Formats: sequence, C-alpha cells, structure tokens
Amino acid sequence: MAKKLLGYDMLTPDARRRWEARHVQASALATSPYKADFPLLAQNRDLAFLDSAATAQRPKAVLDAQKRFYETMNANALRGLYQLSVEATEAINEARTHVAQFIGLDGEKDARDVVFCRNTSEALNLIAHSYAPDVLRPGDEVCITIMEHHSNLIPWQQACRAAGAKLVYMYPDEQGAIGEEEMRAKIGPRTKIVSAVHVSNVLGVSNDVKLMAEIAHQFGAVMVVDGAQSVPHFPVDVTELGCDFFAFSGHKVFGPFGIGVLWGRHELLEAMPPFLTGGEMIESVSEQDAVWAPVPEKFEAGTQDAAGIYALDAALTYVEGIGFEAMQARERALVAQCMRRLSGLPFVRIIGPADPDAHHGVVSFNVCGIHPHDVASILDMGNVAIRAGHHCAQPLLAHLGIQSCCRVSLAFYNDAGDIEKLIDGLKQTWRMFNE
Amino acid sequence: MNRANVYSAALMEHNAHPDYKYELADFTHTHEGVNPSCGDEMVLRLRVSQDGLTIEEAAFTGSGCAVSQASADIMAELITGESIEEAKHLIDIFIRMIQGDKLTEDEKDALDEAYQLEGISRMPARVKCAELAWRTLDAALK
Repeated sequence: MAKKLLGYDMLTPDARRRWEARHVQASALATSPYKADFPLLAQNRDLAFLDSAATAQRPKAVLDAQKRFYETMNANALRGLYQLSVEATEAINEARTHVAQFIGLDGEKDARDVVFCRNTSEALNLIAHSYAPDVLRPGDEVCITIMEHHSNLIPWQQACRAAGAKLVYMYPDEQGAIGEEEMRAKIGPRTKIVSAVHVSNVLGVSNDVKLMAEIAHQFGAVMVVDGAQSVPHFPVDVTELGCDFFAFSGHKVFGPFGIGVLWGRHELLEAMPPFLTGGEMIESVSEQDAVWAPVPEKFEAGTQDAAGIYALDAALTYVEGIGFEAMQARERALVAQCMRRLSGLPFVRIIGPADPDAHHGVVSFNVCGIHPHDVASILDMGNVAIRAGHHCAQPLLAHLGIQSCCRVSLAFYNDAGDIEKLIDGLKQTWRMFNE
Repeated sequence: MNRANVYSAALMEHNAHPDYKYELADFTHTHEGVNPSCGDEMVLRLRVSQDGLTIEEAAFTGSGCAVSQASADIMAELITGESIEEAKHLIDIFIRMIQGDKLTEDEKDALDEAYQLEGISRMPARVKCAELAWRTLDAALK
C-alpha cells in the first residue's frame, strides 16, 4: 500500500534498492537475522540487550580475529627481526590503513596520522595534555557543549584550570540542536579549542560539528570531535567535517575493549610533544636525552594491544560487510518503533527530539514517579538490559533539570521482540508501584 | 543468571507508605546523607534520651529510589526504642549483609524486616541505595 503511494513501481532498480534500504518494513523488524552473528545474543535469545551505546556486542568475526592473532601471529610488534613479529607489525599497519579509510581518509597516505590508544577518553586526554598546554594562555577559552560525556569535559576542565583559561559551554534548543547563533555567541577570538561530541550519548542528537569547525577556524581555534557515538551509527568523513582531531572507541563499533583511535592533522601531531613516554616511542635515547619517534609511534608508548588492533580491523570489515545503509535503515526503524511504543505508555516521558531519525539509536526517558534505578532493576528481572543513571553527563542532566534517567540504546541487531520485552517490563514496573 | 527480586510486597509498602518519613521537630542528632551518583538525598533525625543511651524516635525526609526509601523506613522502625549500642550493632550486621557476608540465624533475627534486603548483595549497582540510611545513621551517631 505504502509502496503504491510512493510510486514504488516506477522507481529504477537502483532507486528501489535505496528505497528498500531507507524504509525497513515492520515485518523485517520482527526478528533479527543479525543476532546469529553475535555469540552472546545467539546464546541468550531471552535477553533484550538495549545498552549498545555503553558497549556494543561483538560479532563472531571479531572474537575469531582476536583468537586468531594469539594463535597464529602472536609476537611483539615493531621491534622483532623475525617473521612472526613482522606479521604482527603488518597487522597493525593494515589496521591503521583500514581505520584511516573508515573515517574518510586516504588509507595509504593518512594512516600515519591514526594513533592507537585505549579508548576515546585516552584520546581526548592526549589532546588535552599534549596540545592544550602549548596553546592555552590565561584568559583564553575552550568551548564545548553542555551535552559532553564526562570524557570530553573533565580533560578540558583540567586543562583550563592549569592554564587559567575559561571553559565555555554551548547549549542546545528544546529539540536538542545547537544552532549557528549559539555557536557564534560562544566561539570567538579568545577560543583556542572547540571540542564537541558528534552524537550525544543521552539525547542521541548529532551536532553540526562541520559548522562548528568552520567557525572555530575563522578564529584560529582547532576543532576536536568526540566520535564515540557517531562512528557506530553513520559513515564519518573527517575531511568533510573539517575537524582537526577525531576520537572514537573500538568497543562501541563492535570491536574489542581497550582499543581507541585518535586521528589528528599531521602538522598538529607532528608539533605536539608526546603524552606518555617510554619504549616504542623513541628514535634514540642517551643518558640525558631522547629523540622521539615519528608520528604515530611518538604517541604509542609501550607495547600495543596488537590483537585488539587486529580485531578492530575485523570489526570495521564486519560493519562494511553489513553496510551503513542497511544498518542505519534498521536502526531508524527500530528507534521509530521504540518511540511509538513508549509514547503509548502514559507514564513514560521521552527525553530528546521528537523526530526519531534524530536519535541515532538512543532513546532516553523517565517513568513518572519511579526512580530510573528501580526501573532498570525491575526490567532486569525480565532480562531487559538498559542503562539508568546520569550516563556520565551530569552537567547535561542538570541543564535538563533531571537527576537521572533511563536510556535504551538500539543497534541494528535488535528486533521488535526486544522492544516488546521493554514495553512489557515497563508496564510491569508501573503496576508494581501503582497497584 | 541469578537475579534477586528485592521488590517484595513489604518493600513496596514501605516505599509507598513510609511510617517514619516526616520531619522530627525535637531531634537531638541529625545527619544528611547523599548518594551523588543517583541523586538520593536524605536527612535523618533522631531524638536520643537524656541519659544518651536510647533512640526514642527516628525519622527521615528526602527522596530517592524505592530501595533507599524502604531501607530508611525499615531502619527507622527497627531502631526506634533501641539502645544506641544496639543500633550500632545493627548497622554493622546490615552493612556486612549488603557486602555479601553470610549472617548467623541470630543476626538475621536481629535485622528482622531489614533482612529482606539481603538480595541487594547480589545487585552491586544498588548497594549504595540500600546502605544510604544506615551510613547516615552511623554518621549521625558519631
């Protein structure tokens, strides 16, 4: 019926495929063909895992890669003069190239600007420790948004405190959008660094970091983007965004824990001092001095988690295999259905924009008169896993005038059954408190 | 997976209709307890006898999740009329129970209704909620 109305029959095969990809039919959401790829989900069919924004599940391909590394390639990379170590080194280099391509760069040329670290927090700390002290002077400003995760907030609080600089916040409108006017009101001649979350882990909204970067550059400031919640949801092209630094975590994009990525403009990375020092990051060492290795090794002190890096490579390959178009289509349909079903519960208040497409998998809400921790605990009794609390974004919640909230975060591997279990659990919670 | 259901009818009743949630006017001891991470706040007020030995009345005000509210109400009921020494003993038993220690039959009896919160020991995220009132009492008595 809907297909007829939209002139579906008249679409070219290509356009039809795009249409199909954008509009996942309700019937396709009933079950998830993707759960079979994820051992934890495949083995726990009763589990409604609705906390992928905290950490995603890992497909078998990623777990296999990690195991394969230890079983067939394990050696300390970079320093070895034997075949195994050479293979481990190659695995890291290939992953570096892949990461560069994945975020819209030239894999061969730009791989050197991809720094592996533990996670987004560490990547952001690297910038706050190795870049900020050289540019921040008393009276200067660092501009961030009120919707930052603490990991893109506390490093700047600390950097500002150390330099006598001021931390300035951009605030969103009622639909969660930070408009150009607000950006221009906050980014100015004193701004040296603008750092913004690409997608909010509470509201799900994406920030126009491209425009922020433009404005930042007009004033000679650098643009840092926290991509922890964007990389798992849509294709990112750092060149297109025009940012100077971009950080994300492997574990949120179906990769292993403990691997994060910092990309930075080559000339900036080149000029920055190292963050951590020690082995693997030097060119030469004498009793009183040392010469740093070139970027990226300069920022990768100590033995790297080569297996994790290799598995991250596999995670990106897995995502490319499914394709962002298909992932996004499913995710959007799931979010729309989740919001529709939640809206049907009179005791639930959804937080964030009204448009489901603006949510990027995240739906935060509160249940009237019931503490989010109670909601999460009672849902857990029905095997529904959600997050409740301040979501490491206390200033945002204070801005919204709430102490805490519940958060459902959906990934393409979820299905309508997961949402129904959530709805049943919420009804049960409400009954327990009100009957 | 071993899930505890601490949301018993008794707990829900204490949460919905707390008998000891009011502002005690003529208190001798008070302390404000906070769990910053979940936003639970409570003010505990005690009226201790003139000889300093007995808790004549205990009451609390504040807000928080059902677990923290019910735990406070159960505690206030339990310690009202008890000696300070006994109250301190109960705090010790309760905190040990929440931390996962096995209690003796006597200790279970001593906790009475508060023993119903034993399941919290298997819900690490909720330990602070259950403990708030008891830690606040501990501080009020110091």
